[in-house]
Amino acid sequence: MTSETPLYERHVELGGKVVDFAGYKLPVQYSGIIEEHKAVRNGVGIFDVSHMGEFEFKGPQALDAVQKLIANNAAKLEVNQVLYTPMCYPDGGVVDDLLVYRLGEDRFLFVVNAANLDKDWEWVQENTKDFDAEIENQSPKTGQVALQGPKAQELLQKVYERDLDSIKFFWLDAEGKIAGQECMVSRTGYTGEDGFEIYAPNETIVDIFDAIWEAGKKFNLQPCGLGARDTLRFEAGLPLYGHELSPDINPLEARLKIFIDLEKEDFIGRDSLMEVREKGVERRIAGIEMKDKGIPRQGYPVEVDGEEVGFVTSGTFSPTLEKNLGIVMVKKEFAKTGSNLDIRIRKRLLEAEVVKLPFYKRR
Amino acid sequence: MYPEELKYTDDHEWVRVENGKAYVGLTHYAQEQLGDVVFVELPDVGEEFEMGDSFGVVESVKTVSDLFMPIAGKVVEINEDLEDSPEAVNEEPYGQGWIIAIEIEDESQLDQLMDSEAYQKTLE
Repeated sequence: MTSETPLYERHVELGGKVVDFAGYKLPVQYSGIIEEHKAVRNGVGIFDVSHMGEFEFKGPQALDAVQKLIANNAAKLEVNQVLYTPMCYPDGGVVDDLLVYRLGEDRFLFVVNAANLDKDWEWVQENTKDFDAEIENQSPKTGQVALQGPKAQELLQKVYERDLDSIKFFWLDAEGKIAGQECMVSRTGYTGEDGFEIYAPNETIVDIFDAIWEAGKKFNLQPCGLGARDTLRFEAGLPLYGHELSPDINPLEARLKIFIDLEKEDFIGRDSLMEVREKGVERRIAGIEMKDKGIPRQGYPVEVDGEEVGFVTSGTFSPTLEKNLGIVMVKKEFAKTGSNLDIRIRKRLLEAEVVKLPFYKRR
Repeated sequence: MYPEELKYTDDHEWVRVENGKAYVGLTHYAQEQLGDVVFVELPDVGEEFEMGDSFGVVESVKTVSDLFMPIAGKVVEINEDLEDSPEAVNEEPYGQGWIIAIEIEDESQLDQLMDSEAYQKTLE
């Protein structure tokens, strides 16, 4: 069954090309992926990300429950701080990657991928039975919009009552209002640009969207779809579950070492990840730039001297760099910058070179 | 949007017959569905294909789609400009965005294609 997000009517009114994504009707694009992508890099764009899942943890052992589930360390978070983390299986494979918001001493919010929502919810419930913590799936009643780009702050400040300068990168403010409606604002995003993610109940997210949209006219605010969300995160080297992360890929292979804390107390997957760290990974993620003409796509084989050494996890034409780029998972010895790889694209074997990730870093 | 003088296929391609050759491109509908075209993989001049064979690939930012022979024949021209300007497929699908020209083998195959009106009905 496909659901509509609370902003569905806005997508249609704004000319979005709506597709089914993770059980939701969402716009893949409005005016065009490249135009939307460039608006976020150079100005400001708005995305409906209401499909993302939210689980709230509260109670005396909320922190303990969170700590058992995630590979990063939530104990280091101050109230109103946000953390990115993988959530692992015992074998080190990834259940999902998510954001953890510390809303209070004993209150946390997980923000998970829509495509993993049901699986995550089961996993979280199964593994937190022994804790004195109340966990609620708030996904069905929570809307979310992302406002991203170098002009995001200037625009949002027009409608947000509190000082946005005081919300630092990966911090949140739950005290402000937009259009008279309570919301939670964090300086987070999935584009590689400065920007904010704004959470509010389904009933009020439309008012919030409309207020930002109205104020956004002076800023040429661009509505953006899933297509641009993907190309933006790709250029910024941000992993996407199902591509760079999966049950078969551990966070160390995915270059997420700084987002796991093996020194903290036990968590699911810790032993396996310790073992991987000791032995070293056999393969890892790397960025590639095509030398020959062709676009690497997920699943295409990567070869060296006729031998398969890995596969493409993501690839596209990069609208900012105007090059055909890819992310690959290859044997460690071929993941070094400057290595030459061959990508099997249909009948052809095309040359690529390993380049540094991320492809794009904002100035 | 769908010129009267062209023939159309179920695969959302058009055919224009000119001097015994069939020029082939994508329809307005196809380019709109694809979104920004960023790469076109062309066959070599001289390659021969049956009707319905895949002769190349068109890629937008998000998707990869095969191109199919509207009729059988030998490729006698390819639009090399698409290498540097694949966006022509979006901007001028019936002009600068043409893809290949085929030497017509069997004229009767052209009769199997749709006229503009019939094609537009398939889009409804």
